[in-house]
Amino acid sequence: MLDISTGYNKYKFIGNDFLTWIWYLAENDLNLLSLTGADYKNLTLEIGNSLVLENDKKKDAREKITIKGDKAGLEEGLTALKKGAVVTEINLLLTLDEDEFKFTIKGESFNVTGLKTPSSKGSQDTGSDELEGSVIEKAYFCDRVFDVLDILFNTYMERRASESFRSEDVKKIKSWIESYN
Amino acid sequence: MGFLSATSSISRYHIDDSFEDSVMETVRDGLAEYAIPKIENEYSELSVGWVPFESPYDPDFEKNSFVFGTFFLFHLRVDKKSVPAKLVKKHVSIETARRLEKSGREFISKNEKAEIKEEVLDRLLREIPSVPNIYEVLWNYEKSTVYLYTTQKAANEIFETLFSKSFNLKPIRLFPYTMVEKRSSLSDKKKDIIYNTAPAGYSR
Repeated sequence: MLDISTGYNKYKFIGNDFLTWIWYLAENDLNLLSLTGADYKNLTLEIGNSLVLENDKKKDAREKITIKGDKAGLEEGLTALKKGAVVTEINLLLTLDEDEFKFTIKGESFNVTGLKTPSSKGSQDTGSDELEGSVIEKAYFCDRVFDVLDILFNTYMERRASESFRSEDVKKIKSWIESYN
Repeated sequence: MGFLSATSSISRYHIDDSFEDSVMETVRDGLAEYAIPKIENEYSELSVGWVPFESPYDPDFEKNSFVFGTFFLFHLRVDKKSVPAKLVKKHVSIETARRLEKSGREFISKNEKAEIKEEVLDRLLREIPSVPNIYEVLWNYEKSTVYLYTTQKAANEIFETLFSKSFNLKPIRLFPYTMVEKRSSLSDKKKDIIYNTAPAGYSR
């Protein structure tokens, strides 16, 4: 195993490529259940209210493009992708069975920020029992979000390690990027 | 309590090993041994340790539980004293003037200036109370996963050191490389393909 900081820096591009793939899945409304084989009744992803891209292809400076606002200006992101930028941070709306989650994930660190879980379903108990119930519910929601991220990342890694990754997956994503005028 | 608040920021860790002895007892012992001291050390700039989720200002794990269903939940508390530079400057200036007046001299040496600054800093550090910062730690032992409810680099580093010391287990931060290494179901052959891969280059 590589030294942690070497591994972090050397392979952070995989996280950014993964987020771009996530964006592609969300925008093209692909069936995540059949793609991942995950055992849920319902699993959907939508792009939330922010997207950050970076382009370091320019020699002199790294360009950072931040798009914010509900459903606003994602076409600017596609234009940036076309010019060689990668997604470094994305805000997602995840629907998992009947629960909705909202969060931002960063490609290089997989840090999750602004995680909003479903509101508590409430409890008839009082005092410490109520607290314990709320803690367990919140912990369970947290686990669920990361379980889905693990499933998606594993699916992406399996695709990426397959022989057809460049001829199929990359080709499809390129066509999607190119389809925007 | 941040953990129960509307939104949270989280960094995630993988725990490689497991305990040989009773899990609950080992965790309780680690938390109690490395709980934050009850009495503040007035000379210490930084004090770190565990505190129960339900009583962040009373580090007593006998009174409050860390077990919630199948999860362990407690806080990392980081108490830090910081003396504002402007305050140091003010007190150095006052002390310098006092010494000059007392000695009748017109200037003080470079060494004496450094000495005054050190004395002022020491005194202010003792007088200023430390500011506590609290971060939740959620541990799913069965899944070998720990969630730290912050993404601040300094807090992450403090957590990693304290967790290793307390439980003799190394928390490995999960990001793309460590996810492939520790959490993916990829075969060794596929991992090699990933490690030799170049950026996908979707735009090219």
